[in-house]
Amino acid sequence: MSTTTETGAPPLTGRRGSNLGDTIFAALAKLSGIFVLAVLGAIIAALALGGSKAFIAFGPKFLSSNDWDPVQETFGALVPIFGTIVTAILALAMAVPLAFGIAFYLTELAPAWMRRPVSTAIELLAAVPSIIYGMWGFFVIVPIMSQYVQPFVIDTIGELPLIGPFFQGPPFGTGILTAALVLAVMVIPFIAATMRDVFDTVPAVYKESAYGLGCTTWEVMRSIVIPYTRASVVGGIMLGLGRALGETMAVTFVIGNTNRIATSLFGPGNTIASIVALEFPEAETGSLKLSSLLALGLILFAIAFIVLAISRTLLKPGMKA
Amino acid sequence: MRLAATALALGLGVFAFAAQAQQITGAGATFPAPVYTKWGEAAKAAAGLELNYQAIGSGGGQNQILNRTVDFGASDAPMDPAKLESGKLLQLPTVMGAVVPIVNLPGIASNQLKLTGPLLTEIYAGKIVKWNDPKLVELNPGFALPNLAIAPVYRADGSGTTFVFASYLSAVSPEWKEKVGAATSVKWPAGTGSKGNDGVSATVANLKGAIGYVENAFASQNKLTTAQLRNRDGKFVSPTEAAFVAAASNGDWANAKNFAVNLIDQAGAASWPIVSATFILLPKDPKDPARSANVRKFFEWAYKSGDAIAKGLDYIALPAAVKEAALKTWSAEIK
Repeated sequence: MSTTTETGAPPLTGRRGSNLGDTIFAALAKLSGIFVLAVLGAIIAALALGGSKAFIAFGPKFLSSNDWDPVQETFGALVPIFGTIVTAILALAMAVPLAFGIAFYLTELAPAWMRRPVSTAIELLAAVPSIIYGMWGFFVIVPIMSQYVQPFVIDTIGELPLIGPFFQGPPFGTGILTAALVLAVMVIPFIAATMRDVFDTVPAVYKESAYGLGCTTWEVMRSIVIPYTRASVVGGIMLGLGRALGETMAVTFVIGNTNRIATSLFGPGNTIASIVALEFPEAETGSLKLSSLLALGLILFAIAFIVLAISRTLLKPGMKA
Repeated sequence: MRLAATALALGLGVFAFAAQAQQITGAGATFPAPVYTKWGEAAKAAAGLELNYQAIGSGGGQNQILNRTVDFGASDAPMDPAKLESGKLLQLPTVMGAVVPIVNLPGIASNQLKLTGPLLTEIYAGKIVKWNDPKLVELNPGFALPNLAIAPVYRADGSGTTFVFASYLSAVSPEWKEKVGAATSVKWPAGTGSKGNDGVSATVANLKGAIGYVENAFASQNKLTTAQLRNRDGKFVSPTEAAFVAAASNGDWANAKNFAVNLIDQAGAASWPIVSATFILLPKDPKDPARSANVRKFFEWAYKSGDAIAKGLDYIALPAAVKEAALKTWSAEIK
């Protein structure tokens, strides 16, 4: 197809003007491509430039210090970095099994009449604005956590040796675990929808062959569907992780906004996105605080980039069967 | 197509109409935003001035006026004198407000619980962690304080309210002053943060055993459970308008540089200890004298006729002498 149009064969109709159109279109397309790179470069440059003052003032200690003291003007990024990564990982730990279950059920087990409504519900969940999740988390989940879940867990699991310390402290309701819970609900639709779509792409003949050999549904899932779709499944999880890392409003509502590292899962914390949103309005031009917040932005950028890089390398060996 | 043209024409018409009222722009502190907005509505009819005020926070207000992107900035914390000087800014007070502690304790109604500054400091420092702590029980002999964890709640966003509250804690506790200090956000030794006055009050309402601090206007309009505080004279006072006015009138306005008067922990048997003024920042070298004159006209009107509106919203009006001094300084500094 492409060879016939590009081998300089005379055009069927003598439209000379179309060459100009092609040139303009090609230039525009090229510009669009360059535009993306330019915007990305400009954002990184702006964050790095704005954050340079903080990096110079605190050096590598900026990454390792957990001291965030606006009065003394000493800033360290460890608490928000810790909070960002821990909440995102906890959220994924809760969301991935559930999302897998949803996708598995929808593609393999659910009766045909149920698939459409459940699929639509998942897509609707994905479209809910994050502020709604924040309010729901704050007014529904937090009271449940503080009145029922946390007191119970603190009195039972909190007393155990070894794992006990992770479940101690006053039952604020807000905290790392509540934030992770809300994040999990937010990312489930993304991961589940991706998994469902890719599970559906497995050619029926593969699955039927496996069934023909006497495989159970689970064996087909494990040995045929998952290996075939592995790359896309990881991609879907990374999509969820990306959203969890950068989520701002919903987390701000429920994480407790405390610049200390909590040893307990019930303890309050902070994330990069949340601290930037909260502190930005009161950060004065040219202040060390503003610079530290921009530096935090750059760090979040770097974390997102690392996540992307890891997912790419995970996907490389043997992309598909 | 015709619809779009009509919409455009309508839009232009509205725009032209709006341009007829003289517009002034301001940005900054969220604490006085309700009263500025009401003043703006009233002044539109009374003085033909339209105020466009954006409550972006005190720090944001300082930035905007330093960059001269608005006609006036607004800040709860008085600006650093050196910065006022270098930014060629004039700082004037507009209204005053109070910060009050709110609690969520089963069986305790508004203004029943008695607290002192040092106790409040110890609670926010994480040193007193239970409501049945002997120090609290001793102060409140009439109540059976429960064996309940105290959950201190603070403003997670940078806020003038935090500045005022932390200033009070610093005033009553040298240890707090040294270790934490006062600013629009501080390094809280204990507790949990929530966004905005509404976030703090919702967290306190949600959580048994919680204590928080909010603007008085917010507490009284939402019927929150407030507590009494012991003032400098050793008397316990409830957060009432009379107590706020008593504190405000004891302020040493005459000797306050840039009107940055300290109303925290004032003497007087009836004084509420956490009162503070809020300020506007004006350029001494206005780019557009006409706009600058309009800003003056607006605040002159507000000083003269805005007290009733301020009181209706639970703010405290400035003493007449202070208003007079402010306008005099304005005339002297901005030509």
